[in-house]
Amino acid sequence: MPTRIHKEAAGHKNLMINMGPSHPAMHGTIRIMLELDGEKVLNSEVEVGYLHRGFEKTCEHKSYFSLLPYTDRLNYVSPLINNLGYVMTMEKLLGISAPERAQYIRVIMCELSRISDHLTALAAMTMECGAFTVFLYLIKAREEIWNVIEQTTGARMTTSYIRIGGVRADLHPDIQPLMDKAVSTTNEVLRDVKGLLDKNTIWLQRTRDIAVVPKEMAINYGFTGPCLRASGVGYDVRKAHPYLVYNRLDFEIPLGEKGDNFDRYMVRMKEMEQSLRLVEQAMAAIPRSKPTNESNAIDAHEAISRSRDRKPDASILLSPNLEGSEKERYPDIYTKDRIGIVPPKEDTYSGIEGLITHFKFFMKGHGIRPPQGDVYFSVEGGSGEVGFYIVSDGTDRPYRLHLRAPCLHIVSALEEMIQGHYIADVIPTFGSTNMIGGELDR
Amino acid sequence: MEDQRLIEDLRERFAGKILGTPTSLGDLCVIIDKESVLEVMTFLKKEPFDFAMLLDLTCVDEMGRSPRFVMVYHLLSLSNNRRLRIKAGVDEGSPVVDSLTPLWKNANWLEREVFDMFGITFARHPDMRRLFMYDEFEGYPLKKDYPLRKRQPKIHLRDPHAD
Repeated sequence: MPTRIHKEAAGHKNLMINMGPSHPAMHGTIRIMLELDGEKVLNSEVEVGYLHRGFEKTCEHKSYFSLLPYTDRLNYVSPLINNLGYVMTMEKLLGISAPERAQYIRVIMCELSRISDHLTALAAMTMECGAFTVFLYLIKAREEIWNVIEQTTGARMTTSYIRIGGVRADLHPDIQPLMDKAVSTTNEVLRDVKGLLDKNTIWLQRTRDIAVVPKEMAINYGFTGPCLRASGVGYDVRKAHPYLVYNRLDFEIPLGEKGDNFDRYMVRMKEMEQSLRLVEQAMAAIPRSKPTNESNAIDAHEAISRSRDRKPDASILLSPNLEGSEKERYPDIYTKDRIGIVPPKEDTYSGIEGLITHFKFFMKGHGIRPPQGDVYFSVEGGSGEVGFYIVSDGTDRPYRLHLRAPCLHIVSALEEMIQGHYIADVIPTFGSTNMIGGELDR
Repeated sequence: MEDQRLIEDLRERFAGKILGTPTSLGDLCVIIDKESVLEVMTFLKKEPFDFAMLLDLTCVDEMGRSPRFVMVYHLLSLSNNRRLRIKAGVDEGSPVVDSLTPLWKNANWLEREVFDMFGITFARHPDMRRLFMYDEFEGYPLKKDYPLRKRQPKIHLRDPHAD
C-alpha cells in the first residue's frame, strides 16, 4: 500500500530508508520512513499503531472497577499517574474525594513516578547518543525509586494502587529508610549526570539547536508537559488546575528558552529536582495514620466458622497481600462516602451484610454505577497532560472511555521536528519526545 | 460569569447554529451544528477567548439515536486558563465533518484516529488514512456494532488442522 511519503517522493532519486519498526532506538515499535539526501532528512513519515491493542474498546466491556489494571499498561513507566488520571475522573463523575492522608500518599507516589518517567526518558535518550555511563547512573536511581514503590504497592510497574475513592493500602510502615535512600541516590545521580553532560561538547553538539520547537508551534501541535515547557510556555496542570494537595505544596515550574533537544533534557532534569522537593514536603506534611492492633487477631477461616453463631469480636488476620488495607485503616485511605470502594475484608468474612455488600460490589450489573453524563479530567503525567473523557450511561460499564495521550500530540510533530536535520539527529530528537508505545497506540 | 459571556457571544454571532449549552458536572459544553465546526472554532481560537490549543478530539458512537455520532472537541485557553467542550452531531448517512487541520496541526493525527475507529471522514484533510489499524482492515473497531472479539489478523493464522 503506497504511503504518503512514497507518493511525495515519486520521481525523486533520493535514498529512502526505514527506521524501525524494530529498531533499537525506536522505543517500543514505531516506524519512521525517511527520504534522505546524503545524510540530510528531506522528508519523513511516522507510522504508529504497532502496539494498538484496543484499550478503549476493551474498557467499554469492563466494569469501572475491573478496568483499572488496563490503565497501568498505558504509560508503563509511570503507571501510578495513569491510575490517578482515571480514578480522579471517576471521582469527579461520582462526586467523591479521597481523605487527606490518601491525597498525600497519591502526591508522593505520583511524584516518584514522574521522577522514574523522566529518568527513563533521559536514560534512553542519552544511551542512544552513546553516553552509556549516564544510562547506568539514571537506571540505578530509578531502581531505588521502584524499590519504594514496590514496598508500598506490591508491584514495580503494574501497580493498580490508586483506587476509586482512595488508595489500595496505607504506606508501608518502614517506608522512611527506603525513601531516604531513594531521594539521596537520585540527588547524587542528578548531580553526576549534570557533571557528565551539561558541558559535554559531544552532548551539546548533538542537542543544542537541534529540532527547535518555537512556542507557537508547540501550542499548535497540542504539546503539554516537559516538551511544552521547554519551549517556554509555563503550563502545568498541577498549577493551572490544581488537584490533590498540590496547591498546599511549594514547587516551581522550570522553563526552557528555545525548545531544542537540550532544553527538553534540561527541563526534565530540573523537574526531577522539583519532584524530589515535593516528595520531601509531602512526607513531612502527611497526616499520621492510626496505629492498628493485631495482638489477638484470628485467621480468616476461623472468623468465618465462628460467625455462624455470632459476629466474632476479635480482629481478623488478613492475607499478606492485603497488608495496609485493614478495616481500621479505611478512614485514612478511602473516602467516607463509601461509594465505589471495595468493602473491608473483615466485614466480608464475619457477617451476612458484609458478604452481600461484597457480592453486590463485584456482581455484573451492580458495583459502581455513576450517574449519566460525560466528564473530562486531566492530571499532569510524565510526558504531559493525561486526560480521560468518560461517557456514562448509568450502567456499571463506561459507555465510552477516551484517553488523551500526551505523546500522541508530540510524536505527531516529529516529522516537522526532524526535517532538514541529519539522520543522526533523529535519534536524540525522538528520544526527547519520550514516546511510550502503550500510551500512544492504546 | 465568563461562561455566560461566551454563550451570549456565540449565540449572537452564530444565531441558529448553537444548538444547546448544557453543563455537565460543572463543565460547560457547547453543542453546535456540524456544518459550522470550522467557523466556530476559528472564532474561538482568536481573541478574546483565545482557545489556542486543541486539547483533544474524539467521537462517541451513540447507536440507536439520531444523529448517531457525536464529535467531541476539548479546547484549552492558556491565557484565560480554561477548558471548553464542543460537541457536534454527525449523521450516519453523511459522516463528513470539516477538518480542523487549517487551525491546529495535531488535528491531523487526531482526525485520522477518528476516521480509523469510527469511519467518519474529514473534508479537506490532507492525508485521510487510518492511523493505528492497517489499510486492509475492514470495519471500524470503536463502533458499537463492531464485535469485541472479532479477529482480523493481518497475517493469516495457521490452520491448526492443516498438518
